[in-house]
Amino acid sequence: MDVKKTLDPFPGQVHQSPGGGILTGTLDDVINWARSNSLWPLVFGTSCCAIEMMSTASAKYDWSRFGFEVARATPRQADVIIIAGTIVNKMGPVLKRLYDQMPEPRYVIAMGACATSGGPFFYNTYSVVKGADHIIPVDVYIAGCPPRPEALLHALITLQAKVKSGAPREKISIPELPKPSAS
Amino acid sequence: MMSHEEIKSLILNYSPEAVCDESGPWLQVSIQSTDWLPLAEALRNHSQLQFDYLFCLTGVDWKTHLSVVYHLTSKVFGHTVVVKVKIDDRINPVVETVSNIWRTAELHEREAYDLFGIRFNSHPDLRRLFLTDEWVGWPLRKDYEDPINMIKL
Ligand code: SF4
Repeated sequence: MDVKKTLDPFPGQVHQSPGGGILTGTLDDVINWARSNSLWPLVFGTSCCAIEMMSTASAKYDWSRFGFEVARATPRQADVIIIAGTIVNKMGPVLKRLYDQMPEPRYVIAMGACATSGGPFFYNTYSVVKGADHIIPVDVYIAGCPPRPEALLHALITLQAKVKSGAPREKISIPELPKPSAS
Repeated sequence: MMSHEEIKSLILNYSPEAVCDESGPWLQVSIQSTDWLPLAEALRNHSQLQFDYLFCLTGVDWKTHLSVVYHLTSKVFGHTVVVKVKIDDRINPVVETVSNIWRTAELHEREAYDLFGIRFNSHPDLRRLFLTDEWVGWPLRKDYEDPINMIKL
């Protein structure tokens, strides 16, 4: 992949003037541009998908090319939580608490079949939550069991595009359903 | 290392009722739950057996009865035996604990209790292990039903 081509240009113009330059742009655009290029993930993996997440961080796939390398061991310093693995009912409250402890703005990636729907444990299980979105809102879903590192990178780049486009979740409006008629 | 025959004859000394099966790589011994404690002590302490390592403890639901499977090995001699303890009472399954003989059983028996509801007599701390304390039922039993969380095929 040609990385340079996927990187958006700086959102603003530089006007040359004697002794330097003047930068014009909107502050929101600049903040979102900066934010999207340094998303710090939380160290969070509950099962097999976490192995793929670790390999995405490793030298071969190297997610630090896109600004994700600073994986934090505390939710208080993390921007994005990658739900890499199965969420069981007992883990649910823990996931909720971790999410609540992350500072705004925070983003969620549901990695793999387990995190999106319960995956291979959808049927006949007493313990698995059928999708992490039953517990916390999810920004980007990744299919696969487990997804390849390229898929995770694609999801992270998708999240970057979402961040750059402005306030992500607030922008998504849910159209009101028509009220059932009384008849 | 003792041959299966030698282990078998020593075990039959202690529990004459035991049924031995040599079809697998390890000698398998099936006994009733009431015979288990004396045999366990003998397996651990007999000078020629010295099974000093319990490396696996499993519960099994056979629908008609329950059983607990113990995998034992001796780090002194290198021989291994599998003991299958049959518990006939499904409603109130009880077997003696072996946590005083093999300390590791303390945790494994809690797991078998948690998921199969097998109670281990004189266990020092028989509580739920993986599931929450207020959980009702034994999820790995074949007749376990959970209409709220379980989607059946
Ligand atoms: S989706 Fe597949 S690989 Fe990922 S955690 Fe679930 S079972 Fe494991």
